[in-house]
Amino acid sequence: MFSQETRDIITNGLWKQNPGLVQILGMCPLLAISSNVVNALSLGLATTLVMAIASGSVAVIRNIIPHEIRIPVFVLIIAALVTVVELAMHAWVHALYIVLGVFIPLITTNCIVLARVEAFASKRATGHSVLDATMMGLGLTGVLVTLGALREIVGKGTLLSGIDLALGPMAKDWVIPVIPDYHGLLIAILPPGAFIGLGLLIAWRNWMQERRAR
Amino acid sequence: MNGSPYILSENNSVTLVMLKVLAALIPGVIAQVWFFGPGILVSLLLCGAFAIGFEAFILLMRGIPLKPFLSDGSVLVTACLLALALPTLAPWWLYLLGVFFAVAVAKHLYGGLGQNPFNPAMVGYAALIISFPLAMTQWAAPLGVAQATPNLWEAFDLVFAGAGSISPDAYTSATALDTWKTQVRLGKDAADILGQPIFGWAGGRGQEIVASMYLVGGLLLVSNRLITWHIPFAFLAGIAATAGLLHLLDPALHASPLFHLFSGGAMLGAFFIATDPVTAASTPRGKLIYAGLAGFLTVIIRTFGGYPDGVAFAVLLMNVAVPFIDAYTQPRVFGHKHGGKRGKA
Repeated sequence: MFSQETRDIITNGLWKQNPGLVQILGMCPLLAISSNVVNALSLGLATTLVMAIASGSVAVIRNIIPHEIRIPVFVLIIAALVTVVELAMHAWVHALYIVLGVFIPLITTNCIVLARVEAFASKRATGHSVLDATMMGLGLTGVLVTLGALREIVGKGTLLSGIDLALGPMAKDWVIPVIPDYHGLLIAILPPGAFIGLGLLIAWRNWMQERRAR
Repeated sequence: MNGSPYILSENNSVTLVMLKVLAALIPGVIAQVWFFGPGILVSLLLCGAFAIGFEAFILLMRGIPLKPFLSDGSVLVTACLLALALPTLAPWWLYLLGVFFAVAVAKHLYGGLGQNPFNPAMVGYAALIISFPLAMTQWAAPLGVAQATPNLWEAFDLVFAGAGSISPDAYTSATALDTWKTQVRLGKDAADILGQPIFGWAGGRGQEIVASMYLVGGLLLVSNRLITWHIPFAFLAGIAATAGLLHLLDPALHASPLFHLFSGGAMLGAFFIATDPVTAASTPRGKLIYAGLAGFLTVIIRTFGGYPDGVAFAVLLMNVAVPFIDAYTQPRVFGHKHGGKRGKA
């Protein structure tokens, strides 16, 4: 149904070259924001949106960007898009905007955005570039959400806490208490939990890869 | 790594070394039972059992033969050091989690004995104090502060049933270190603070004797050449010098060096924890730098940090620096002008 190239782009983004587990790019938001599922998912989707539009726009104008100053041009485009996303979140999901704070503008400096623009979009057709950025973004979002879920369950014993920040007060009851009467393991919520969790996820991926190879 | 000759004989196998280390801990444990009640025996037993359980489980998972690795005793030393560093009479799952972080995370995830960059017992302690700051500040109170210490059955009951049948409040209190820190921050007078029953002649009441017993056991280890003098000496000197300087600057804010040496985990850390052959620096000069800075950091963290004791964090921080210290303190090799990095260039 898809061409080989399209399929390669999809599997690269989601698994083979997963930005979170294989390229280990974009660690700053990954580690800082993944303390629960809602934060992780929101920032992951915001990053994916920026990546898709940034890669698309760069791919369109890739032949007229002077090679010598391409990086400043890329960063300007990305920064403009991030500002748009930031203002949009400020307007529509204000509570979430407060929680994510500085990490929304920091999407600009996230290596994975620039990496896909430089490595892929500046050389390939527009459609493929958008697909690649979307898949890479979703791959990163997947890792973020998994890590967020792990840390939230172990650290607080819940899932989807804070969902009302994203979807409004009517979502308050959607929080799932996974382990009732749980005291919480604070280390999972604090930064060490992010490092330990990411290490375990990378180990899990390598283990899967090895098993598949056998 | 230090140069050859490595002496391999029946007399210093890993098992024997570990047994000797355990034996050197006995005086400290006896003192602890005397002053704080038999709660420590419960936590030693629990940590030991959990540690063997985790070790066996992970060895099975990794497909490594059980017997040589379980019987080398290293996991028991880790478990005992962790138990001695943790408050007694805490709920059983606290020990379970601590041992999990020590054995599974700090030791086996890095490749097992000899591969771990961080001291396993201290990783267990750090994970717990970060996660459960409240439970980790409720230490068994010594005789003279509490009316009585719990007997063995009450200790078991407290650990397994929690506050179900007996209130743990009767038996627990903040440590001398903790009391000093919180009350100084409240602006109380130093003499008033030191007059409280939790303080003894040097460190905390009872705790100072326990610390002295660790000192005795540690000196036995040194005289048996299981550890060299460098690390304990530099660690204690680092603590004494830093605490002494702070004390001279403002005795109302900073406790005396004697207090710092004989309270908290200073003695246990100096002889038993910082000296861990896997995670400590291995060259003589490197050991002095490593342990001296660890002692310095201990006092700094105790004085300015938010956690009750600084030994664990100081040791872990210096563990990170060990490869660097070792690389720059290599002794001069015969036939070469310089040791260390310069010699290699």
